[in-house]
Amino acid sequence: MSNPPDQSIYYVPHNSWYPIGTALGIFCLVVGLGTLLNDLSAGNETSHVLVYLGAIVLSVVLFAWFAKVVEENHQGLVNQQLKRSYIWGMSWFIFSEVMFFAAFFGALFYTRNLAVAWLGGEGAKGFTGDYLWPEFEAVWPVLNNPDPGLFENPGASMASPGILNWGDYLPFWNTVILLTSSITVHFAHTAIKDEARTKFVGWLAVTVALGVVFLILQVEEYVDAYENLGLTLSSGIYGSTFFLLTGFHGFHVTLGTFILLMQLIRAMRGHFKAHDCFGFEAASWYWHFVDVVWAGLFIFVYVM
Amino acid sequence: MSDIIDTRQEFTQDFDHDAHHDVQPDRGIVRWLLTTNHKDIGTLYLWFSFLMLLIGGSLALVIRTELFEPGLQFIEPAFFNQMTTNHGLIMVFGAIMPAFVGLANWLLPMMVGAPDMALPRMNNLSFWILPFAFGLLISTLFMEGGGPNFGWTFYAPLSTTYAPDTVTYFILSIHMMGASSIMGSINIIATILNMRAPGMTLMKMPLFVWTWLITAYLLLAVMPVLAGLVTMMLFDIHFGTSFFNAAGGGDPVMFQHIFWFFGHPEVYIMILPAFGIVSQIIPTFARKPLFGYDSMVYATASIAFLSFTVWAHHMFTVGMPLAGQLFFMYATLLIAVPTGVKVFNWVSTMWRGAMTFETPMLFSIAFVVLFTIGGFSGLMLAIAPADYQYHDTYFVVAHFHYVLVPGALFSIIAAVYYWLPKWCGRMYDESLGKLHFWLSFIGVNVTFFPQHFSGLAGMPRRIPDYALQFADFNMVSSIGAFVFGFSQLLFLYVVIKTIKSGEPATGRVWEGAHGLEWTLPSPAPYHTFTHPPRVVDAEAHS
Amino acid sequence: MLFSSLYLRHRKSRGVEPAQFHESTAIEIAWTIIPTIILIAMAWPASQALIEMYDTGGEDMTVEVRGYQWKWQYKYLDADYNQTFAFFSNLATPADEIHNRSVKGEYYLLEVDNPLRIPANRKVRFLITSEDVIHAWWVPDFGIKRDAVPGMLNELWTIVSQPGIYRGQCTELCGKDHGFMPIVVEVLPEADYDAWYSEQLRQAQARKEALSKTFTADELMVEGEQVYNTFCAACHLPNGKGVPPVFPALDGSPIATGNRDEHIRLVYEGVPGTAMQAFGNQLDAVALAAVVHYERHAWDNDTDDVVQPRDVINLTAGEVQ
Ligand code: HEA
Ligand code: HEA
Ligand code: HEC
Ligand code: CUA
Ligand SMILES: [Cu+2]
Repeated sequence: MSNPPDQSIYYVPHNSWYPIGTALGIFCLVVGLGTLLNDLSAGNETSHVLVYLGAIVLSVVLFAWFAKVVEENHQGLVNQQLKRSYIWGMSWFIFSEVMFFAAFFGALFYTRNLAVAWLGGEGAKGFTGDYLWPEFEAVWPVLNNPDPGLFENPGASMASPGILNWGDYLPFWNTVILLTSSITVHFAHTAIKDEARTKFVGWLAVTVALGVVFLILQVEEYVDAYENLGLTLSSGIYGSTFFLLTGFHGFHVTLGTFILLMQLIRAMRGHFKAHDCFGFEAASWYWHFVDVVWAGLFIFVYVM
Repeated sequence: MSDIIDTRQEFTQDFDHDAHHDVQPDRGIVRWLLTTNHKDIGTLYLWFSFLMLLIGGSLALVIRTELFEPGLQFIEPAFFNQMTTNHGLIMVFGAIMPAFVGLANWLLPMMVGAPDMALPRMNNLSFWILPFAFGLLISTLFMEGGGPNFGWTFYAPLSTTYAPDTVTYFILSIHMMGASSIMGSINIIATILNMRAPGMTLMKMPLFVWTWLITAYLLLAVMPVLAGLVTMMLFDIHFGTSFFNAAGGGDPVMFQHIFWFFGHPEVYIMILPAFGIVSQIIPTFARKPLFGYDSMVYATASIAFLSFTVWAHHMFTVGMPLAGQLFFMYATLLIAVPTGVKVFNWVSTMWRGAMTFETPMLFSIAFVVLFTIGGFSGLMLAIAPADYQYHDTYFVVAHFHYVLVPGALFSIIAAVYYWLPKWCGRMYDESLGKLHFWLSFIGVNVTFFPQHFSGLAGMPRRIPDYALQFADFNMVSSIGAFVFGFSQLLFLYVVIKTIKSGEPATGRVWEGAHGLEWTLPSPAPYHTFTHPPRVVDAEAHS
Repeated sequence: MLFSSLYLRHRKSRGVEPAQFHESTAIEIAWTIIPTIILIAMAWPASQALIEMYDTGGEDMTVEVRGYQWKWQYKYLDADYNQTFAFFSNLATPADEIHNRSVKGEYYLLEVDNPLRIPANRKVRFLITSEDVIHAWWVPDFGIKRDAVPGMLNELWTIVSQPGIYRGQCTELCGKDHGFMPIVVEVLPEADYDAWYSEQLRQAQARKEALSKTFTADELMVEGEQVYNTFCAACHLPNGKGVPPVFPALDGSPIATGNRDEHIRLVYEGVPGTAMQAFGNQLDAVALAAVVHYERHAWDNDTDDVVQPRDVINLTAGEVQ
């Protein structure tokens, strides 16, 4: 850009190779993933090359893209109006994520309250169960599947053991951790608003650490489920909903932690000011969102 | 009638002032690959969508060729199913939706007085994902085992346990299309809410802007649900989950509930921007302000809201409990009320206007009439006990083609004729345009009207061969399809001719046109409104 | 009419000055309320009809309708929902007609080998389900259509007063031959129906007795060919060549010329996750033995074994009916 930045003008970048690079990376990744999955399911020889290639292209391009945005901000190209565009963008992106989880929660409610009931001989279509699945009983968590020959029964569920026993109930501690992390990230936010940089970096670091601990515990829970409880993705509808919901949540926590980590690194390099910290704010909104989803999970997947 | 800008003069000066330090487009292919300009991206979208129309239309012509006579003539049933499926998918996701996004790109910034879309680089990404997604989808047709063959609605378990291997690529291409739509809608929302010129209040926005704002919200709400749905499919196929398998405690019908929670708003995604376009064009050629602007806005919002409550009218025969059946029937019928308000408003706009019948107006009037026919057949389908007879017959095919082809597609064609002079600075050939209209109008009715009768006579949809009593209707329909299909090549010719050698167009183009975009010179310069124009307090909407 | 008045009278070329009205609350309210009233008038009788249709109680008999790729199975149930007898109903239109090699008959694509038979004037209740994908059972003249969903059950009922033949089709996309799975219902006068019903019961009994019989190779080939053409030829083709790679050829197939027991087991259990169904719950031991025997001796296949019903029964530990 030769002409000097003019804060009254909405900055429109002239052209950019990031988008097409991103599209290429996605394409590569997706084709690789599809082929990999098909080969795995067919028991053929597999290749990860395309997946890695796509992932690398995607990460490099996205990194460059975000770096560019940060740089533009430092150059003063980003006026108030453009910042508002970023804010709208992030907010509605989070809304779309909410709807993504809504589909999974919908599936949980539907199977739990309607499908399983009908298969078990209850409710408006209970005759289904009486006639086709006389053995099956409607109880949630489903530990005896309608056809255990096709979908092996889980050995146990992850359901809450009652509030009095939460002391050694891992999901409870995960809830505590995530809720705490939402608070710490908020502290970080108030800190940067006061230009208290050390506090800001400190609280942000604590948040990232809590995210990592959550993930470690989550992995532990999964290992336990697979190895000791016999609860897997393929153990019927309980396992399906359990792993899909917690898995995608976990994936989002991973992303969120990573994004926060990036912001932490930026913070340590002296980025962000009281009135100019959108990168951090966006990350923290995302984190709050992930936290709210967990609250839903804890209630509907574990406790109820 | 008051104008929206105080003086056209002042405005043009503004523009000149920008021009000297303006960035000009790159040359060659690089311009299109790397562009962040809303007009370039709009152009890309529109050409892409036209290409998809030709491909999807060609598949339709394969279908119509096979159905010309009873018996299997040209293709095998397995291939026929792939044609039906890909025709539906390509038309919905490849032709209609990208065309509307293309129009949004071209027009929204010019209509609200913004320099560009709010997030220009992401805009480019939204577009460039699409060619890859459709490249992947279409390539499955050439893979071993064939492409998706389970209908554009891809009901489980036909699309999971019993699907060809290529379903994995299908799922991932849907993911890509969804990502593109979500980014596109975020961009549109941010543009409309954040980039309006001073004075352009919400209730002064042109209706095309309003309808797109609401459509963008629909997209944001349902595309992620579709993504969630195909993700569950992916897991059922590759990771042994049982969402759609009763043997594991799931339910194939749940697939349909989630699909139509997306699918019904999706059909309104394909019609609301069309409503917006028609609401721009009719006042221009009636030389009269739009009747009932406010109620148009509220009606659009009500349709969008109601669209979330009617999804199971596609599932009247799955055996829902009675209460569900009744609820979805009533909710569906209710949608006719706000839609009716819109139809009546258009008619009142024309009432006692001073009308001329240029090509965009012809397409718009045809839209109003033929969409209403499609709407009435929709009402017939909405009566659950009657739908037991119509469901999955050609009556449904007739219904949705009436709302989609002379509905959505006609509105897009009308929009192209209407704004093309603004885009390329040249007038199209009016007599060729009218010829295109009449061929299309006749073609579309000859194609789809007889399908009402074959449906009522009991012909199921998605079949490659049929009983003898349906033969005549099908023959007529196939002939119409070829007339309609080939007249779209005429459209292509008209557009190219305009770009190459049309008469120069004036800035305002149409005598009765109102709105910011008409204050710009034709062709609209590469960058416009880098300094926001001042919008005077008057009826800004046309 | 409305439009012609718009078109003709208000052309600009006639020098019409545009009126400028663009708002009228009264008229807007009117065209909100009037459609609403029309809609209520439509919804009322529709609701009544629905409520009636959902009343499946008080039936005189029950038939289970089960969709398969691509045929229907009808199971006649007794009062306790136990099967008395069952049969499949396949498309009867010859392939030559479909491929335009011979003249199409009057009921082209709407004819089956074994129609569903029900009595006139009795309330018949249908339990509808599916074995594989979703199908839909529709007889237009009865005004009923219901999806056949695997693992789920739907109910329908009808009372037909006029004996005769009624035709319909599967109306949910169910794969390759979705267009080729018609429904034919023959409504019999009550006395005729009762006679037919007793005959069916007697035949079912006779069939059970045949399970312990030893057949000659020729008998097996005759029976086997018939079973093959009805149940297997849709995918593996009458000449045994299949449609590779999706539907393998049986002519010369390693399984059809290899170990006999493995061949039986494959047909009995099917291949999960493919279109190859478990025929153990569609065919009885006699039919299974015959079709396997046939496949092992038809075309260029020439093994030296004979397959008897008891082989099938032994191999499957008596699970086969
Ligand atoms: C642009 C797309 C579009 C639009 C706008 C609509 C609009 C409507 N649709 Fe349609 N529909 C589809 C696209 C669309 N549809 C598609 C693609 C399918 C098939 C999907 C598949 O299975 O593949 C489908 C299927 C479909 C079904 C399922 C049929 C079946 O499978 O059995 C039903 C049932 O209720 C239905 C109803 C309606 C109704 C009530 C409207 C209403 O919105 C119509 C409202 C409009 C009017 C009513 C006309 C104007 C009103 C007046 C002039 C007012 C006066 C009128 C009175 C109130 C009396 N549609
Ligand atoms: C969204 C918009 C849309 C549009 C515009 C169309 C357009 C057309 N549709 Fe489509 N249709 C659907 C959406 C659409 N359709 C959907 C959603 C389904 C349901 C799918 C399913 O069941 O799953 C469907 C199903 C469907 C069926 C039922 C198939 C079946 O049930 O088996 C039929 C049958 O006649 C049909 C016909 C047509 C025809 C003749 C056109 C014509 O308007 C097409 C006109 C043709 C062209 C515009 C092409 C011109 C091209 C050339 C002349 C060749 C030149 C070629 C090159 C240069 C490459 N469509
Ligand atoms: C709906 C389609 C369909 C029908 C009907 C069908 N089959 Fe198959 N059959 C298949 C498919 C698909 C396979 C391949 C399965 C696989 O992937 O291993 C197969 C495989 C086989 C094989 C193994 C062949 C080999 O070499 O791998 C035999 C034997 C066989 N079928 C016999 C039969 C018999 C006997 C019948 C009828 C009673 C029948 N099939 C009906 C689809 C069908
Ligand atoms: Cu069975 Cu369609
Ligand atoms: Cu709908």
